[in-house]
Amino acid sequence: MSTLPLLSLVVFTPFAGAAGLGLLRGASPAASRALALIFSLSTLALSLVLLGGFDPARTAPQFVERHAWIAALNVNYSLGLDGLSLLLVLLTGIVTPVALLASAKAERDSRLFGALFLMLQGAALGVFLALDFFPWFLFWELSLVPAFFLIKLWGGQGATRAAYQFVIYTIGGSAFMLAGFAALFVATGTMDFNTLAQLAADGSLAQKLAAFGGGNWTKVIFLGVLIGLAVKVPLWPFHTWLPPAYAEAPTGASMFLTGVMSKMGVYGFLRILWPIFPGPLHDASCWLLALALGGVVLGAWSAMRQTDLKRMVAYSSINHLSYCLLALFAVSYATGRAGPSSEAAAAALSGTLLQMFNHGLSAAALFACVGMLEARTGGKRGLHEFGGVRTAAPIFAGLCGVAMFSSLGLPGLNGFVGEFLIFRGVFGLNAWAAAIACLGLLATALFLLTFWQRVFHGPRAGATTGVFADVQPGEYLTLVPLVALMLVLGVAPHLLTRLINPLVTAWAGHLTLP
Amino acid sequence: MNALPWTIYLSFAGSALALVAGARSAANARWVALLTALAGGVVSLFAAREFTPGPGLQTIVNLPWIRELGIRYHLAADGISLTMVVLTGLAATAGILFSWNIKDRAGEFFALYLALIGGVYGVFLSADAFVLFVFYEIAIVPKYFLIAIWGSKNREYAAMKLVLYSFAGSAVMLGGLLWAYGAAGGRSFALNDLAAAAVNFSRGDQIGMFALVFFGFAVLAGMFPFHTWAPTGHAAAPTAASMLLAGVVMKLGAYGCLRVAMPLFPVGLAFWQPAIAWLAIAGILYAGLVALVQDDFKFVIGYSSVSHMGFVLLGLAAANSQSVAGAVLQMYSHGIIAGLLFAVVGRMVYERTHTRRLVDLRAMPLHRLLPFAALTFVIAGLASMGMPGFSGFPAELTILIGTWKTSPLWALFAASGILVAAAFTLRAIQVSFFGTTDKSVPASAVDHRPFEPITWAEKAGTVLLVAATVYIGLKPDALLNWITPALNSPLFQAALKGGTP
Amino acid sequence: MNGHYASLLHALLPEASLVLGALLVLGFDLFSGRRNSASARLSASVIIGLLAIAAAAYHACDAGVGGNAFKGVLVLDSLGLMTRLGALGLAALTLAMAPGVVRLRHPAEYVAVVLFATTGFTLMAVVQQLLVAFLAIELASLSLYILAGFDKHRPESAEAGLKYFLFGGISAAFLLFGFSLIYGLTGSIEFTEIARQLQVTQGNTLLVVALVMILVAFGFKAAAAPFHLWAPDVYQGAPASSAALIASASKLAGFTLFVRLFWAGFGPVAGGTGLTTLPGWIPAFVIVAVVSLVLGNIAALAQTSVRRILAYSAIGHAGALLLGVLVAGRFGPASLYFYAATYGLATVGAFGVIAVVERAGRCDDLGDLAGLYRRSPLLALCLLVFVLSLAGIPPLAGFFGKFLVFSQALKLSGLAGTAGWVALLAIAMSAVALYYYMLILKQAIVVAPRPAAESAIKVPTPAAAVLVLTATLLVLLGVFPSLVLQLIH
Repeated sequence: MSTLPLLSLVVFTPFAGAAGLGLLRGASPAASRALALIFSLSTLALSLVLLGGFDPARTAPQFVERHAWIAALNVNYSLGLDGLSLLLVLLTGIVTPVALLASAKAERDSRLFGALFLMLQGAALGVFLALDFFPWFLFWELSLVPAFFLIKLWGGQGATRAAYQFVIYTIGGSAFMLAGFAALFVATGTMDFNTLAQLAADGSLAQKLAAFGGGNWTKVIFLGVLIGLAVKVPLWPFHTWLPPAYAEAPTGASMFLTGVMSKMGVYGFLRILWPIFPGPLHDASCWLLALALGGVVLGAWSAMRQTDLKRMVAYSSINHLSYCLLALFAVSYATGRAGPSSEAAAAALSGTLLQMFNHGLSAAALFACVGMLEARTGGKRGLHEFGGVRTAAPIFAGLCGVAMFSSLGLPGLNGFVGEFLIFRGVFGLNAWAAAIACLGLLATALFLLTFWQRVFHGPRAGATTGVFADVQPGEYLTLVPLVALMLVLGVAPHLLTRLINPLVTAWAGHLTLP
Repeated sequence: MNALPWTIYLSFAGSALALVAGARSAANARWVALLTALAGGVVSLFAAREFTPGPGLQTIVNLPWIRELGIRYHLAADGISLTMVVLTGLAATAGILFSWNIKDRAGEFFALYLALIGGVYGVFLSADAFVLFVFYEIAIVPKYFLIAIWGSKNREYAAMKLVLYSFAGSAVMLGGLLWAYGAAGGRSFALNDLAAAAVNFSRGDQIGMFALVFFGFAVLAGMFPFHTWAPTGHAAAPTAASMLLAGVVMKLGAYGCLRVAMPLFPVGLAFWQPAIAWLAIAGILYAGLVALVQDDFKFVIGYSSVSHMGFVLLGLAAANSQSVAGAVLQMYSHGIIAGLLFAVVGRMVYERTHTRRLVDLRAMPLHRLLPFAALTFVIAGLASMGMPGFSGFPAELTILIGTWKTSPLWALFAASGILVAAAFTLRAIQVSFFGTTDKSVPASAVDHRPFEPITWAEKAGTVLLVAATVYIGLKPDALLNWITPALNSPLFQAALKGGTP
Repeated sequence: MNGHYASLLHALLPEASLVLGALLVLGFDLFSGRRNSASARLSASVIIGLLAIAAAAYHACDAGVGGNAFKGVLVLDSLGLMTRLGALGLAALTLAMAPGVVRLRHPAEYVAVVLFATTGFTLMAVVQQLLVAFLAIELASLSLYILAGFDKHRPESAEAGLKYFLFGGISAAFLLFGFSLIYGLTGSIEFTEIARQLQVTQGNTLLVVALVMILVAFGFKAAAAPFHLWAPDVYQGAPASSAALIASASKLAGFTLFVRLFWAGFGPVAGGTGLTTLPGWIPAFVIVAVVSLVLGNIAALAQTSVRRILAYSAIGHAGALLLGVLVAGRFGPASLYFYAATYGLATVGAFGVIAVVERAGRCDDLGDLAGLYRRSPLLALCLLVFVLSLAGIPPLAGFFGKFLVFSQALKLSGLAGTAGWVALLAIAMSAVALYYYMLILKQAIVVAPRPAAESAIKVPTPAAAVLVLTATLLVLLGVFPSLVLQLIH
């Protein structure tokens, strides 16, 4: 343990980069891009340092930094890192530079683009590391600002509307979450996640909440926090902002949105909702399971109906993230019931964590692929506008194929491990839910294969008929790290599970209601 | 601490001096005004350094004034007044920086402006209801001329409406005060004495007096449904006046509610509490929704002010230490942010584009023509939306927390108010500055005559206000440490008993 | 007997000085004035007139506060002294601003008549006997009729004089009738004696008739609604300086007499402030006050002529002054005096500005004031002070007058009694009034000058001095009302 405030460094280095870019008026586009890339790589570098000092066996937050901040609200500047956070910091560290590279061709205002991107990165990291609601919410909301402008200023035709919808949905949810936390503060006098979780675990939170307005208000408060998080993931039916936002965003932003930002919601579920509201979550888990299944199945089926490739990938994101929630809700559903197998729960939870990481990689890679298609054909991305890409650009097709099959969950690739664990866990906890979710699997296979077949196979057709370059040197930098990781993690998932296993075991260890 | 009254005297002296200096040249008047406002700000900051937070008003001056009526020239301050005085210093200085380009009748402009400031300082420092009222009224008339002479479209109507509303409100408030003064035996106007006497008033009297005084003040705070003067007035006023009106003058009303109506008539407060809260909520939501569909840029901001002041009133209505502390924080926060918003809309945009219609602005890629203005507006807009990191967030959070304590239902409505605020602010941001984001057209090819560059005065004003909101956003304790002890005074505690109706 | 006449002379020396001054003015003008220009004659007359007023003021102070004089016909109390000084001061201001401003064919006569009117005012200030009161009132009124019609160049002036005369004559008849009934009922014409008698008489229809008659008459004199019809025309038609006198000093003296007559004389039959105790004059008073407040302020909204606005505002102010008479019974006349005096000051100032503007052109429509700030910043600034004082904006004296009266009205019985509600109404009406006052200020300070009337206005030195003095007094009395309040007990 060094005295260096490592976590603060992790969070604020990107912000420093953003500020630097903002101040460097005369920087050329190339220099701006380089600077942005260097600063974005800082996370990866620092997270390797963290990895070195990280002790997987300890489930409590490590590298904790805690300073008094606002006495009146009992707010502390408090950062900490456990396996879950580490996983997501790593993911951010990987996805951000890659996404920046994918946007290297963004034709104008590279300085502003880089600055916004770094802000986005910093905010996401803050969310993953903050242990007190106040700083957490600060970063949570702050992430919207760069995201809004990235979509709005560099996005496609419908970007204005999409960006607006995206931000309003999220802020709308956040407002209710804020109200919920205000209520928690009234009841407990703190907004510290761990303290609240402890209070929840020993049952005093429920009593305190019930004391100030009856049991119904507890439900309302839970609902407020739930909505805030559900919109962000998104949980079906709060998902309608997502397809337009992902589809209209520039490639790099789409990659980051799906790769990292969508994890912020799931993270919130795991870090906040589940530990602080175990009782209400359990009570609602039946309904929530239904919603998660809705996301799994309908997300996949909607993806099948899309002809716009970006929207298709976007819907697939809904589908994939719903697996994570499905597992969590199943665990919550089984909590306190007779005969819940903690082994199944552990499987489901570690599946969730892996799925978050893996989906980050595969979805980012898919968006990168679609972006490359767009770049080569002047913005075309219709399902029927391509054909025979495999013949024109075999390497490109190969790399895309890996990403696609990872997303599909082909054994041997990383996606398989997560989904398998989730299904295994959910079967043990709630077999019906798992059975229904299989429909989603089916549909996923269908639409991804359609994608594969229409675009990559057959004779060269549509936009592919002209000159169609294969992967350029710069693009390798985008795709290869992602694809390589998919392959590596597919065969060696323990690289990740090593980090999270003790945590997950601890979680699954006491699945009792207060 | 003892220097605080100089904020008042300096402002009035500066007002006279600006009038004289303005006869020679506009530049003289400007510098006189800037130095006066700066001096006021510096005095308030120095006073703040010496200030020891604590319950109760700390007397600064207490001289007999009108012996026949037991009126004393009594100035005093506590953490709440100090917050407001600091806000006034900031807003006044920024306002002058943003009116640097006034050439027509500049001497009179700054004279009226400083007279208004002087009145505002006076209100915040009064510990005698009569003195407070006198300063309150002094602040009314300059507003009329500021708007009617230097305003834009519809200015005479707006000025008249604003002045009549303010005056009617103050008249009603005066009625309530006189009633209380008479009922207390007519020996003193000191707030403490009135409060002590009010304990013995009948419940019916307290209810009536509270209604007159509170709603009289609330008119100026822009309480729904007496808010209509605000958007019209703000929209028509010249930039500096809009900044002051929304930034500081509306706070006079809320401050009066807090300083006079609530501690004096706790029984009345308990009776009217739900009504006030629901009106506040109606204001938050109604004004927010109206702002969502306005086509006039300034009206958007004007209505947003009403919506934000709704939070202040809700905080007051919830009547517990937390909610009221939040309300005071929100007063400060909105004072700064509204000033910033009006500065962008009125000074940076309107005086260059000569249109306030969003339809027209949408056609101009303003974010590229006026990047500094765009950045400022984005920052101000985010602050106004209640983005964490800016002063609006801790304020709204504290209000929410306090409101939960009193009524969870109100808190839920307030939360939806935050959503509405986000919606209209975001709309304003994207329509006004980012209306055209067509990438194919380079900025140079856009067919608009080049706008004059943003001046140093505008930049200085912007930096001042942004710093003020960010500093408090990250360190709300700086103000809360003043405000919270002040609320522990017996006078406030009587009004804030747990806050349950 | 000798002693009595000596004391009478002592008490009435101010009036004697005024009459003497008036005769001097006429005589001087007769012998030396014919050879000089009209303006020189006016200046000379005004100087003599001012000296006479100064002498009267000196004697008024010299007479001091000595209680009843001349068997109780007169009373030399602080109120009387202050009213005398106030009326003299207001008359002096109206006179002093005349040179260079008012164009008159007979300047000396004008000054003399003003002095005669002032004699009436000062007498009204100290009288407490019906007969002398009537004489004083009529002396003042007859002079004012003449003053109203003094400008022979303008038919409006003649119309104003005639109208004022007709209404005034009728009210005099009412007054006399009422007085005679009172005499018949009580057998006395002295206020104190009347009060003593009324204490023992039972409720009496004739008494009601008498009170109503007197109230109507005073209503006419004070331009209280519904007896106000003469006021707008007179304010509009009379020469500005005459109108100033009608609106200021005459009101001050009239209301002082009013308080004496009704509280010292008819105090026992005042009735309650609650509407339940109907017998008595207070309910009737309240009605007149309410009607005046509402009608004056509402009707003023529709006016386009500056002078008519001032006239209707005067009606509104009369309502508030009546409220002041009501509260004087309990709290003494200080607040009423303060109100009337500061109102007078502000009105004199306003008419002074109008007079100066008229000299440079017209000043009838509101629009004639347009761009005053550019044509004469001094006038605009002074007008700002006067109008805001009329509107009752602190820290000007007009605010404090209102504040005193209203606070005392609310002190009477809170909102339990009628007075409190009337005070609330009056407060509300002051918000209405602000509208038309702001209309005046808008023209003067906001609107650019009309193309036809852009020339700068040169303010003659005496008028400028008067206006600045008046404005200063208004500010001074507003900030330090105790200066005056402490003088009246």
